[in-house]
Amino acid sequence: MDIIMLGELAINGALIGLMYSLVALGIVLIYKSSSVPNLAQGAMVMLGSYVVLGYANIFNIGIWYAIPLALITMFLLGIGIERVALRRLAGRPIIMILMMTLGLDIFFRSISMSIWGGTSRPMKIGISDDPLFLGPILLNWAYVIGAGVALILFGIFVFFFRTRRGIVLRAISDDYTASWSVGISVERGVALSWAISAVVATIAGVLWSSVQGVDQSLSSLLLKGVTVAVLGGLDSIGGAVLAGILLGIFEGVASGYLDAIVGGGSRDLVVAATLIITILIRPHGLFGRHDIERI
Amino acid sequence: MFFRQAGVYHTKYAEDRTFFPIPVDRWMVSALLLLSLIAPFVFSSLALSTYLLPWLVWTSAVLGLNLVIGWAGQFHFGYAAVMGIGAYTSIHANRFGIPWELSLLLGGCMASFIGVGFAFAALRVKGLYLALSTLALQFGMDWVISHVPAISGGTQATLQAPPVYLFGQLLDGEISFYYIALAWCLIVTIFMLNLKRSSLGRALISVREKDFAAAVIGVHSFYYKLIAFATSSFIGGVSGAILIFTFYRAATPEQFSINISIELLAMVIVGGLGSIIGSFFGAAFILLMPGQMNNFFAWLAVTLNAPLGIETLSHIPNAVYGSMIIIFLLIEPMGLGKLYNNLRDYLLVWPFGYQQK
Repeated sequence: MDIIMLGELAINGALIGLMYSLVALGIVLIYKSSSVPNLAQGAMVMLGSYVVLGYANIFNIGIWYAIPLALITMFLLGIGIERVALRRLAGRPIIMILMMTLGLDIFFRSISMSIWGGTSRPMKIGISDDPLFLGPILLNWAYVIGAGVALILFGIFVFFFRTRRGIVLRAISDDYTASWSVGISVERGVALSWAISAVVATIAGVLWSSVQGVDQSLSSLLLKGVTVAVLGGLDSIGGAVLAGILLGIFEGVASGYLDAIVGGGSRDLVVAATLIITILIRPHGLFGRHDIERI
Repeated sequence: MFFRQAGVYHTKYAEDRTFFPIPVDRWMVSALLLLSLIAPFVFSSLALSTYLLPWLVWTSAVLGLNLVIGWAGQFHFGYAAVMGIGAYTSIHANRFGIPWELSLLLGGCMASFIGVGFAFAALRVKGLYLALSTLALQFGMDWVISHVPAISGGTQATLQAPPVYLFGQLLDGEISFYYIALAWCLIVTIFMLNLKRSSLGRALISVREKDFAAAVIGVHSFYYKLIAFATSSFIGGVSGAILIFTFYRAATPEQFSINISIELLAMVIVGGLGSIIGSFFGAAFILLMPGQMNNFFAWLAVTLNAPLGIETLSHIPNAVYGSMIIIFLLIEPMGLGKLYNNLRDYLLVWPFGYQQK
């Protein structure tokens, strides 16, 4: 293995990793503003890209007109999820909340399958298929653009959590009851976080499906999103970005070498191993807040 | 009137500790036991082999999962992997020449041994992080099972289960398989009923409520977490092996994938956390519902004259299954077991109910 191959694996890995961060950002957003671990993020990514395609087909408009419509729809859907599913679960044990998000995951996945069918379709958003040459290293344009969008979103959210509304969301995450008592509308805050997260999921869905097409495998991005979110710390946006890059490089390089030994398909194993090791060594992640438990 | 408590006096401690102090409960349980014994001669062979047999095996697995989630309060997102370990171990042991009964036990012990690995995650973390790490372990197990040819015979392979010899007697046909499943389910149920009133069960419950507080009053919480994981993995491993030997008759990696883990969790949630009768209800509900829903939607499509595509029809049961989880969590978080208890509580005093406010 020469150094150029290593470099190519690493740089492509970092770019793919930033696209994982797009999925992870949604999870982090919800966790940071309502302490709910969202296992439905993968299904929301998938649903978002199906909705984009659905609008493009129904109204017979270009993809670029369908995307804003889909973003609005998903925003409303996020508010709806909070209203219907999560409002009554506030304060319940975490297993109920996890199971609820898993139920949402199954529901969204099978609903979009039964409406649009399981065949994979392309999503053409005008990213050229030509490789980008960086010296001797080949890069994929779609990954470069995805990574760029991830960085832009990161900047927006860092700014957002410094605004008044962002601080409100952080207060809600800290303690529901205390937020209620100082007059914060917890329900609205949680709804807002779900809505933003659904929008981010749609953006991630569009970018990912421009790489691999729109089908059910989009929802399996959940494992990678969760791994990135945990590695970076579940309530740290910067952590999600850095962990995305780290995981991408690690996954790309490790599976690049491992695949030759075990005969392919080692990507998921590398990701799962990263998740377990992270949790065993440093459960709160790289930059997450270490909660102290009271009896 | 039916559940009459008058005349039930506890004059000895042993009477106070019986499973079913109320006579009607005893009658109902005996009737159910009798029915389950004569079921092969009452129900059609189709109903026996496609509904009753898998229901009993899944129920035993759900009881095992309920032990670790409902009693010990620890998450387990990788229960299907544990079942898979048991199934593959016992098939390989049996093919190697070890008698069937012993290979079942061996499968259970192997599952228990590896399942304790899940508990070491529980040593450091709990709650959400434990859930995620068991989820990751499930993915890892999936990968190992499907990618190591020595275990599964390759990614696409199916592993035929050898014929079942119980004490040298060839067991064949669904009736004998049904009795195996019934026997295992009864063993697990009796174990769980006993667990409820033993010191082990109480220790597990104290760990569930708050492990630090349990440690303060002298319950070694990590030790009990290990026991919970080991026991439930043993039950899961043997259930997985019995599932393969009596129902599927061949093992493929997909039978123990992450979706099955989630399905088992759904059975526990729908049935009710920590409820034994709820485990029976939950398993039945999740097993039977998709087929019934499929028939219902096909019938609806024909009656409404709105043709649904095959693909749509095949995914609707899943959508209903997801929405069932959501609806149960919203309306009755403690599941069908709690609904049964509500009904029973109502009947305990019927017709002289308390004054409604």
